[in-house]
Amino acid sequence: MTVVKAALVATPSDDERTEDRRIEPAHKPILYLEDVTVSFDGFHALNALTLYIDEGELRCIIGPNGAGKTTMMDVISGKTRPDKGTIYFGQAVDLLTLDEPAIAEAGICRKFQKPSVFESQTVFWNLELAMRTDKRVWPTLFARLTGEQRDAIHEVLETVGLTALRDRRAGELSHGQKQWLEIGMLLMQQPKVLLLDEPVAGMTHQETERTAELLLSLEGKHSVVVVEHDMEFVRSIARKVTVLHEGSVLTEGRMDEVQNDPRVIEVYLGA
Amino acid sequence: MVLGLLRKSAVDVPFLAVLAVITVLVPLSNLALPESSPLHLSTYTVTLVGKYLTYALLALAVDLVWGYCGILSLGHGAFFALGGYAMGMYLMRRIGDRGVYGNPVLPDFMVFLNWKELPWYWYGFDHFWFSLLVVALAPGLLAYVFGWFAFRSRVTGVHLSIITQALTYALMLAFFRNEMGFGGNNGLTDFKDILGFNLQSDGTRAALFAASALALMGAYAASRLVVESKLGRVVAAIRDDENRVRFLGYRVEQFKLWIFVFSAVLAGIAGALYVPQVGIINPSEFSPLNSLEIVIWVAVGGRGTLYGAVVGAILVNFAKTVFTGVLPEMWLFVLGAIFVLVTLLLPDGLTGLWRRKEQAA
Repeated sequence: MTVVKAALVATPSDDERTEDRRIEPAHKPILYLEDVTVSFDGFHALNALTLYIDEGELRCIIGPNGAGKTTMMDVISGKTRPDKGTIYFGQAVDLLTLDEPAIAEAGICRKFQKPSVFESQTVFWNLELAMRTDKRVWPTLFARLTGEQRDAIHEVLETVGLTALRDRRAGELSHGQKQWLEIGMLLMQQPKVLLLDEPVAGMTHQETERTAELLLSLEGKHSVVVVEHDMEFVRSIARKVTVLHEGSVLTEGRMDEVQNDPRVIEVYLGA
Repeated sequence: MVLGLLRKSAVDVPFLAVLAVITVLVPLSNLALPESSPLHLSTYTVTLVGKYLTYALLALAVDLVWGYCGILSLGHGAFFALGGYAMGMYLMRRIGDRGVYGNPVLPDFMVFLNWKELPWYWYGFDHFWFSLLVVALAPGLLAYVFGWFAFRSRVTGVHLSIITQALTYALMLAFFRNEMGFGGNNGLTDFKDILGFNLQSDGTRAALFAASALALMGAYAASRLVVESKLGRVVAAIRDDENRVRFLGYRVEQFKLWIFVFSAVLAGIAGALYVPQVGIINPSEFSPLNSLEIVIWVAVGGRGTLYGAVVGAILVNFAKTVFTGVLPEMWLFVLGAIFVLVTLLLPDGLTGLWRRKEQAA
């Protein structure tokens, strides 16, 4: 924890990367990634990445292909183990000691790039499976939905706009509806942090707009980390944007600041 | 409540009703009708159908892991054989001094091997209840230990299928050895009675038939409750996308382990009902080919439905009985052809045909 504290009290001049954190000094970070390095066969997918996500914040992560965006989600959710570095959830939970189900249990939930809902099951059942409850084997065998749980599912159905489709098999949904269902499944887990990998990929313009509204409505209740290529979408929801490049943070700031940053223009235009 | 839950699937009630009718009528036609009656079923037929029912129970077990959880086990014959051996050991102990050598303590094959005393692992098999316990525990424990290692190391797909095949092959080689104390390649046979009832008598045969049918009904109802429970939906979700389930906070390996052990116990019970009806258990039951055949039964009937497995097991084994009577050397080619045709033309199996019609209507 000393590393974390040191980073928190570090003066901006100590480290260029912490400089941009001054934008929202009032919030407390909930996710700490420090000095995280992941390499695959000598290629550094993440290169001493240091990143903080605040409580209740909606953060967009952008960057060119191969910048390490998905790998970053992989290390947070436990899919990939970093070679080096620390990842803390809150002040006390060392995520590197937990496996995927335990990380999900702790309150970090993830949506994948390709919508992964359970196509052979109904919309309602998909949400029920995701619901935060005792997920051990025997309690699951004897699980019966309580009235409260039913209400919780209906509430989420309402939030993601799938109430009318609750008894449809998820495989029959349109691409955009599947994406919303998956966001709904994350909400059922009552997460503190949502990790969304390209939530509007393949969506129509209208669907994209609805998704933007949905994500904005989550702000403040959950921390939301969005990895996205669609710049217009990012502009419509972003409070704060982090640009990744070659596995580490190139810059952080408001969308307009970031867009005018010559370094960002350089990596995007592919000098 | 059980019936209420079962009613969800339109097939279950008629299916169980048919089984119930068979349970009563088949033994009745054998015992109560005179041999001259056209409705009389011979004891041979009763035992043959009884054997099919134990295969159906075995197929049901494979469908649970393969059809519902996506674990293609090519070694379920091992669990079936273990249950069979546990029952066989009980039946051996019942022989007492009626063996060829007349030894009151040792089974014939041990006398033949010059063994002086009963090995410790044969203790307890004088008791029926103890044997029944082992019928469930031996396959269950093997499945637990095997599954614990395999699922924890996240071995899936073809790799898992291959090691299940290796498992049953290794057990076959072990059971072939005389030093193991399970009768070597002859296995266990020459059984006399079960619970004091003569195994050759029509009444006992009819009772064994009824027991097989009841076990199949019970296992079917229990399996249906399992697959319709939330656990069943988690298991189906694991089949469709294992990683996603992990990120929802479920410990995938424990769910796989549960269904795998449950299935192995059902297979063991099937084996225990099979042995007194066919009168022998030997290491060939562990042969990898047997386990492959079970998978074909399930594929032919249609996986992921439970009843498909039962229908497939009965139909394929009926065909086997017919073919091995007419053209014994052709059977394996016929079986292979059935499998290829079903895979190519009927991916949902024979019962899938019926479901397709149902949906179209």
